[in-house]
Amino acid sequence: MALSNVLEPAVSGFNFENSTRNTVLENGSEEGKIKAPKPMKTGTTIAGVVYKDGVVLGADTRATSEEVVADKMCAKIHYIAPNIYCCGAGTAADTEKTTDMLSSNLTIFSMNSGRNPRVVMAVNILQDMLFRYRGMIGAHLILGGVDCTGSHLYTVGPYGSMDKVPYLAMGSGKLPAMGILEDRFKGNMDLEEAKALVSDAIHAGIMSDLGSGNNTDLCVITKEGVDYIRPHRESLYNYKRQAKYKYKPGTTPVLTKTVNQLELVHETVQMMETAGSS
Amino acid sequence: NSFTIHSFFTFLDTTIMAVEFEGGVVIGADSRTTTGAYIANRVTDKLTPIHERIFCCRSGSAADTQAIADAVTYQLGFHSIELDEAPLVQTAASLFREMCYRYREELMAGIIVAGWDPRRGGQVYTVPVGGMMTRQPVSVGGSGSSYIYGYVDSNYRAGMSKEECLKFTAEALTLAMERDGSSGGVVRLAVISEQGVERQVILGNQLPKFSTV
Repeated sequence: MALSNVLEPAVSGFNFENSTRNTVLENGSEEGKIKAPKPMKTGTTIAGVVYKDGVVLGADTRATSEEVVADKMCAKIHYIAPNIYCCGAGTAADTEKTTDMLSSNLTIFSMNSGRNPRVVMAVNILQDMLFRYRGMIGAHLILGGVDCTGSHLYTVGPYGSMDKVPYLAMGSGKLPAMGILEDRFKGNMDLEEAKALVSDAIHAGIMSDLGSGNNTDLCVITKEGVDYIRPHRESLYNYKRQAKYKYKPGTTPVLTKTVNQLELVHETVQMMETAGSS
Repeated sequence: NSFTIHSFFTFLDTTIMAVEFEGGVVIGADSRTTTGAYIANRVTDKLTPIHERIFCCRSGSAADTQAIADAVTYQLGFHSIELDEAPLVQTAASLFREMCYRYREELMAGIIVAGWDPRRGGQVYTVPVGGMMTRQPVSVGGSGSSYIYGYVDSNYRAGMSKEECLKFTAEALTLAMERDGSSGGVVRLAVISEQGVERQVILGNQLPKFSTV
């Protein structure tokens, strides 16, 4: 409210423009009913830990569309600001767009105020937005970052609730990951210990949850900078394709070929007044 | 239990309590936040500062109560600056009531507002689900409160000292946490008086012990 940081205008209520079209499609035309596509859920394990010098975030890389793996190397650790990263679980589109919007807002804020954004500010913006949409945006997020006030780890739920904790796991694989974290977390760990802990927590999620799998990404954020390790640990079950799926040139026979020469009839040049002309 | 319908919401099914004493109030809460059967946060802080000497104890939907508390903190801060004076606890409670009653269909929030102001000393106001507001010398709330009404009614005496109130609150919360599955973790306590706010935490293994039957 005080500082202009918002790119989107506050439109009241939901946009129901497509609802009539959707009912027509779902109730059927002469060809038959069309079933609405299911939103791609990430079925995920994400985790975060605060250690001595900063924050370590971790995520698996599997994106599922019901029972098929839609993306084996999906990036779930999203950039928010140079010192803030966000892991997202839930509906893939929602986490992508929400984190994108948050990142844009914080960039505008940085430019307007001349300050680096704080993690608590990212959390407040997310809370406002998710609460306003009353849980319709399926984004379960873990935000971690280091700012002038220290290292912070927050979780924001889809209804707009927030928790600040030293270690955390979210997603469908959170139960096994939380087990590892509860067992081995200590305050003020050093970097290697923290990376091993997060990596093992994600690994537990990958092994015990069907919706999580493939590789593990890690992101280490400190005062000095960010180390985005993608992948940190590769899956043991990487499958090599047995055959090539490329077609040789000439596989498709050409039946006919027509060439139409386009004639240049008329050419106009229009000068435009652009701002800041010298 | 009507809360079990909304197992996807993050809930502060809880036990919260506040007691008035001569010179201030003692407030307390457990520390469990649940999403269905999973404990999303086992060290939650449900005692939220609204102003320097006014706190609220939150129960119900985590998202709703956090949003309401943020909105009331802003409104009360603005009011206090305009007035150039410390706000009254009754004002804070009225702001909560306004919001909880106006949006009663959309919200699920049970809040106890407690604090100290120079005009009336320590006060406890309860704003349960639905948006009623009433002042009580002792108030309990949340899903675990059902189990301790008998204990509170039989053990509360007017004119208790600060230490007696702290012991009373800690024991009541412990009893509720023993019996209510949605309450647990640690006991967070705070004393609000003219001198300010003193906070303390009683860890799980330090809680008062009762007979295990």
